[in-house]
Amino acid sequence: MIDRFNIGRRALLGGAASAAALGLAGGAQAQKPLVVGFIYVGPRDDYGYNQAHAEAAAVLKKMAGVKVVEEEKVPETVAVEKSMESMINMDGATLLFPTSFGYFDPHMLRMAAKYPKVQFRHCGGLWNKAKNPMNTGSYFGYIDEAQYLAGIVAGMTTKSGKLGFVAAKPIPQVLRNINAFTLGARSVNPKATTQVIFTGDWSLPVKEAEATNSMIAQGVDVVTCHVDSPKVVIETAERAGIYTSGYHTNQAKLAPKGYLTGAEWQWEKIYVDFVETMKKGGVPGNFVRGGLKEGYVKTSPFGPAVSDAAKAKVEEARKGIVGGSFAIFKGPLKDNKGNTVIAAGTTYTQTEPVLEGMNYLVEGVLGATS
Amino acid sequence: MDGSDLGLWGVPLAMLAGAIRVSTPFIFVSLGECLTERSGRINLGLEGTLMMGAMTAYGTALLSGSPWLGVLVAAGVGLMLGALHAALCQLPKVNDIATGIGLMLFGTGLAFFLGKPYIQPKAPNLGALDLGAWSSIPQVQQALQVNPLFLIGIVLAFALAWALKNTRWGLIVRLAGESVDAALAIGASVGRVRLLATAVGGAFAGIGGAFLSLYYPGSWNEGLSSGQGLMAVALVIFARWDPIRCLWASLLFGAAGAISPALQSVGVTQGYYLFSAAPYVLTLALMIATCSPARSLRGAPAELGAVK
Repeated sequence: MIDRFNIGRRALLGGAASAAALGLAGGAQAQKPLVVGFIYVGPRDDYGYNQAHAEAAAVLKKMAGVKVVEEEKVPETVAVEKSMESMINMDGATLLFPTSFGYFDPHMLRMAAKYPKVQFRHCGGLWNKAKNPMNTGSYFGYIDEAQYLAGIVAGMTTKSGKLGFVAAKPIPQVLRNINAFTLGARSVNPKATTQVIFTGDWSLPVKEAEATNSMIAQGVDVVTCHVDSPKVVIETAERAGIYTSGYHTNQAKLAPKGYLTGAEWQWEKIYVDFVETMKKGGVPGNFVRGGLKEGYVKTSPFGPAVSDAAKAKVEEARKGIVGGSFAIFKGPLKDNKGNTVIAAGTTYTQTEPVLEGMNYLVEGVLGATS
Repeated sequence: MDGSDLGLWGVPLAMLAGAIRVSTPFIFVSLGECLTERSGRINLGLEGTLMMGAMTAYGTALLSGSPWLGVLVAAGVGLMLGALHAALCQLPKVNDIATGIGLMLFGTGLAFFLGKPYIQPKAPNLGALDLGAWSSIPQVQQALQVNPLFLIGIVLAFALAWALKNTRWGLIVRLAGESVDAALAIGASVGRVRLLATAVGGAFAGIGGAFLSLYYPGSWNEGLSSGQGLMAVALVIFARWDPIRCLWASLLFGAAGAISPALQSVGVTQGYYLFSAAPYVLTLALMIATCSPARSLRGAPAELGAVK
């Protein structure tokens, strides 16, 4: 009895909904807007990872015929599945961007199987054609290219030769940034070293401040970071009067004196591409990667403390990277324990999958991965 | 770089610096909880009060341009949250632990909700006194940058200890905590004493929050406290409800929190996850060391946790 009643009620609701939808479709002359859903793991105005995505979402909002729905602070649990379902069923979203790493497996994959007509694109996940459905995909930027350029600026600017890197966890993406930053610095200043401190998690403001301060005490005079929100690190460094290099977005406002440059995402490039493809009736790419050349990442405008010589070095390296004549990771390359990690004669281009599994710190980095 | 290479000596120095920088919220919250518990009430909601204090202080400093006004407002908000807790607990058949947990979630949630617009803007900082100007070593100068709230916290700890021991007011607070009957016998209103003690305790916690958002780390965001309010409440237990010991315990916690970054910065990089856990290991170790079946809970107010 109860079951039958439930089905009846559901059918009734369904009927009402489709009637309403029909009514709307009949009444509206204009084309239905494309609804795009964004899901963030943290607040979207954190000067960090989430803000970088939200800024790109804001660009989409200005496009004609596009409606953006957003939800922030969604944990990487079954909660994100509910957010996705509600965006699909309530808002009619047909393109979803769950932006945090842990959303991909199993949450996004589960929803993709349930809603095969909706397109899901995930930031940073390793999409696999053999295993994952075709209405899912992943996109990411080679931000280590921007970190390499920021490293050149840091290496040219430092007086003590000691650079600092506040990092959250020793995972491949973070290690790749630390290594690229260090290689950039040492390409212009072979004596430079990068002191790395792992705080243990993505957002620990007191630890991040403590890490920055203890590096300053050791004579570090340029500091950068890879945490969710660089705000605390940048502000602490600026207060102590040392130089900073940003991450995720532009933090120049937080450190008007010491901000050198920074590695920034430029997601709008990818998002606008995807949306335009969808509007033409196509399907966005399933595995999209790109760096400086594609415009997926960029460096912040130079701060007042950057010398002309440093700017020239950066532009030279940028030309090499964009033109494809220069690769960041090439042999012979040693890790900081003296082992050769890339043999002489081997050159890895950015698309090389080996690089997405990086598990070492290069020579010149003071620190350990465990 | 002569003068800046202290080698391993940098570690104890960094721990001292860490104790001075990190311990202030612990000092204020634990003193607030100490006062509240000495009057015979538990307030587990101080984590929420800490967050509300941090948020309102940041917002006030941002809008008014005066960080000290922010501290004052945070204290006021803490006072009200404390009073709310006390008032709820005075209703018949209300459990103060459950109310405290409820208020912790309420305070944290409300702070997140109202604090949304303050995540990005930059509020003025409380600033520090340079007490290390006499030294030529930059690390010592850096370590001895002391925020006035830290000094106020130290004075407060001694003042509270003295007042509890030597004043009539302190006697009544202790009586309310030790024996309701005795307090009633000398004509004190237990309800009013606890209301005042809980409210003032809340105000202390609010000031602790203001320190977090206005001095160190000095910005408002949702991960700001990461459980410091809760740790401070636990701290009171192994400080045996003594304000002076609360002070030492807070300093110890601050120093323990600085171990991991300090060791990594001098090149001891193995096992930093273990060092990061130092404050928690320390809590456990101290709990085990100070608790024995023979003298368990010495110093605990007798009325504390009494189920009515």
